[in-house]
Amino acid sequence: MQNVKIVITGPFAAGKTEFIRSISEIDVVSTERRISDNSRVVKEETTVAMDFGRITIDQDLVLYLFGTPGQKRFDFMWEILSEGMLGFVLMVDSTKSETFREARQILDVFKKYAGVPYVVAANKQDLPDAWSPEDLRIALRINSDVKVLPCVARDKESVKHVLLELLYTILESLEEGVS
Amino acid sequence: MALKGNLRDFSVTQLLNLINLARKTGALTIESDGTTARMYFKEGRLLHASIAGQDDQLTAILQKAGKLTPEQAQIIRTRSQVHTDKELGLLLINAGYLSQDDILSSVKQHVLDVVYYLFPFTDGRFHFEPDQLPPADRITVSLDLESIIMEGSRRIKEWERLQEELPDLDVVLKFADRPRTPLRHINLNVDEWRVISFINGRNTIRQIAQHNGMSEFQIRKIVYGLLSAGLVELVEPAEQRRKAAEAVPAGKPAAPVQPPAVKRNIIMRIIDRIRGI
Repeated sequence: MQNVKIVITGPFAAGKTEFIRSISEIDVVSTERRISDNSRVVKEETTVAMDFGRITIDQDLVLYLFGTPGQKRFDFMWEILSEGMLGFVLMVDSTKSETFREARQILDVFKKYAGVPYVVAANKQDLPDAWSPEDLRIALRINSDVKVLPCVARDKESVKHVLLELLYTILESLEEGVS
Repeated sequence: MALKGNLRDFSVTQLLNLINLARKTGALTIESDGTTARMYFKEGRLLHASIAGQDDQLTAILQKAGKLTPEQAQIIRTRSQVHTDKELGLLLINAGYLSQDDILSSVKQHVLDVVYYLFPFTDGRFHFEPDQLPPADRITVSLDLESIIMEGSRRIKEWERLQEELPDLDVVLKFADRPRTPLRHINLNVDEWRVISFINGRNTIRQIAQHNGMSEFQIRKIVYGLLSAGLVELVEPAEQRRKAAEAVPAGKPAAPVQPPAVKRNIIMRIIDRIRGI
């Protein structure tokens, strides 16, 4: 049995846990804890170590989805989680411009961990105050060759779309590597 | 799509850059420290800008630009039969008082003054409303944002230096008792003379700026020059109101990890599976 993994990262409350929950075939093994600081005004619980979802591809292959903890003080987990990943999704809450700078910093850190393909998921596009993916690209200074995708993390089809786009990007990078 | 946020997280420079690159049309409102400013854009170009509570009628703009005297402006305000800036502009051109270039260059300078005034703002809400255009009666210009961003960024640096040297505008100016340089040896320009004419030991720098229709940047620059030349002195130091710039945390250095060797057929199998979910 071969295991491969994709990492879902992004700032606190970007929607990483929700994203994995929407597509995982098992109940997400979540290590959420009640929040004990000012972050509680945003949500009651947060991921302190990782979220863990699974998609069985076939009898020989399993895809794991790992969600990184969003709060800065758990960033020591990021490097551990990123080891051996196929690629990663940077989740951004499109309605919270105050998190964009942090999203950019997380992206820079993950790009240093591994030169793997990634996409940016502009989450919460169903909300009226959401910045469009095109505006997010400029705000986060994302290069034009990186996909910035509209996303609603609690919608399975939307999550599928983001994962498939990441996989197409990985395929393209493999083909470029061969050529 | 709405664009909302705080200047703490997304600066004026970044906002204008976004509007420029995305070729946006609409109105950007900035609310900061009691100031509400509005800027209008069409396909990424700046059309108009104003600050709530400031007289930005054409008469005031032309007076500020020195194209009308205060007396002429007052006569126009009281006697003119026209009601909109566009009508007034046409009237002044047709009557031969001013050229079209006089009017457009004055409006352009006013719009630039508003935008450059906003550049140093580091805190405050912003909101972009797509497809909103300026009121039809206003005279608009069409300005390239790239050069404004360049100039604004340059001014921020100069602004920061001037703010350090002259943090408070609510301080009274007086002539130096013993000027280091005799006045007759100094060449002052028109704006500097306009400032000098209001120095009486009672007017604050802010009041002098308001009398002359000058932006904070302009008045700081002039007063700083006069102070440096030893011509004027501050009567009493007032409380400084300097906002601490938000420190940007440094990125954590990290050791690169090599990506795994992935075979194409693994990715194809995952794609097929996810498509079928």
